[in-house]
Amino acid sequence: MYELICIGASWGGLQAIGRLLSDLPDEIDPPIVFAQHRHPHTPERTLAELLQLRINRPVVDAADKMPIEPRHVYLAPPDYHLLVQRGSFALSVDERVQYARPSIDVLFESAAYAYGRSVIGIVLTGANEDGAAGLALIKRRGGVAVIQDPGDAARRTMPDAAIAATAADAILPLEEIGKFVYGLCVEPAQVRETTGA
Amino acid sequence: MASSVESSREPAGSTEHPHDDLEEIELSLLLEGVFRNYGFDFREYAPASLRRRVWRRVYAEGLSTISGLQDRLLHDPACMERLLLDLSINVTAMFRDPTFYVAFREKVVPLLRTYPFTRIWVAGCSTGEEVYSLAILLREEELYDRTRIYATDINESVLDRARSGVFPLDKMREYTQNYIKAGGTRAFSEYYLAKYDGAQFQRSLIENVVFAQHNLVSDRSFNEFQVIVCRNVMIYFDRALQDRVHRLFYESLVTFGVLGLGHKESIQFSPHEDCFEELDPSERLYRKVG
Repeated sequence: MYELICIGASWGGLQAIGRLLSDLPDEIDPPIVFAQHRHPHTPERTLAELLQLRINRPVVDAADKMPIEPRHVYLAPPDYHLLVQRGSFALSVDERVQYARPSIDVLFESAAYAYGRSVIGIVLTGANEDGAAGLALIKRRGGVAVIQDPGDAARRTMPDAAIAATAADAILPLEEIGKFVYGLCVEPAQVRETTGA
Repeated sequence: MASSVESSREPAGSTEHPHDDLEEIELSLLLEGVFRNYGFDFREYAPASLRRRVWRRVYAEGLSTISGLQDRLLHDPACMERLLLDLSINVTAMFRDPTFYVAFREKVVPLLRTYPFTRIWVAGCSTGEEVYSLAILLREEELYDRTRIYATDINESVLDRARSGVFPLDKMREYTQNYIKAGGTRAFSEYYLAKYDGAQFQRSLIENVVFAQHNLVSDRSFNEFQVIVCRNVMIYFDRALQDRVHRLFYESLVTFGVLGLGHKESIQFSPHEDCFEELDPSERLYRKVG
């Protein structure tokens, strides 16, 4: 069973995440954590409010030690790294990674350590290489690596770097990622039902 | 529950990733060794950020495992010093989060005017950016002469840097912008002299500052304060340690004293939540009432 979905995006990410989230049916349980590169002084709540207009599940800015709950969407706050531990978040103000804070690598690495095989990592559009190392670690620790098709991305540098860093489970145009993730999240249950376990 | 997915994955998991649990063991042995040999207790730090910082030190030392780092630092105090720096330096900026300082001027300064003398504790002050920012603010509000700032950190060498009052010159543009947004009333450049690649801040800004080593994990309170500022320090602690530090702050504040935290921290869910009221919720300024 997948317990956490981590998504990273940079340039063009706001459009992409809106589409992806609205493609994910409400019954998908795993919490979704999203790291989007943004300016340190971005007005706090705008991104959460914008996304909330499009989907039913609650969208919140992650805070230190906040418990991670099913069906929620959590956003990495500007100017902090967001890390996950089992069941809760941790923040850090350590140096920028790949010029970014929040860094997608930092989020993904922490998710890979805390959740191992039950993480789905998704790298979307972006104009730098953040996320590639983190996605590779998710994959190495048994999780699932999904990458937006570079040809389909607003900026292809980030998906290209992720593809070079790891053997992705799926490289898909944006509009198919939601369906793919949905399949991952519902299928194990169906397997269990049909085997009568 | 024994689906084919589970059973086919289990053995693969345990042979493909033999290092997963091993790393956790190595990390906890290292922390135990550091504590027993040097007395610094990082065992209750938040594991996710701690692991990152420890690995950074492993690589910086040219090593490849956490055990290797443990071996070196147990036999070489200089290596321990370097790890201590990695674990205790908190990257900060002058007037970081300018809106916090605006709120401090508007909501805390009027309270401070009611006291003949004020003690402020900046806990986990690291290299001192926040201390100088507060000193500047208090000077502009004409409160500095009746204030003493206690600036503490676990690490002596960051305190030395803080005392020196020299900050990178290439940061001054950012700090000046922060200062203006924070409601600064003068030209920021009045406060420092550029020399070589450093900006030397006025010595008079720290004439009422006491820099002292203090360990939030193990040391007790050392005075009573009207204000305690501890921003983005406790995010590196786990929940249990955070709770204890909250208790320490609660006990160290006068009634109606003010606690200032980082933007993404909260006293919500802390055992002392009910003893504080919100002075400015979005700027994380709280006032002790109970």
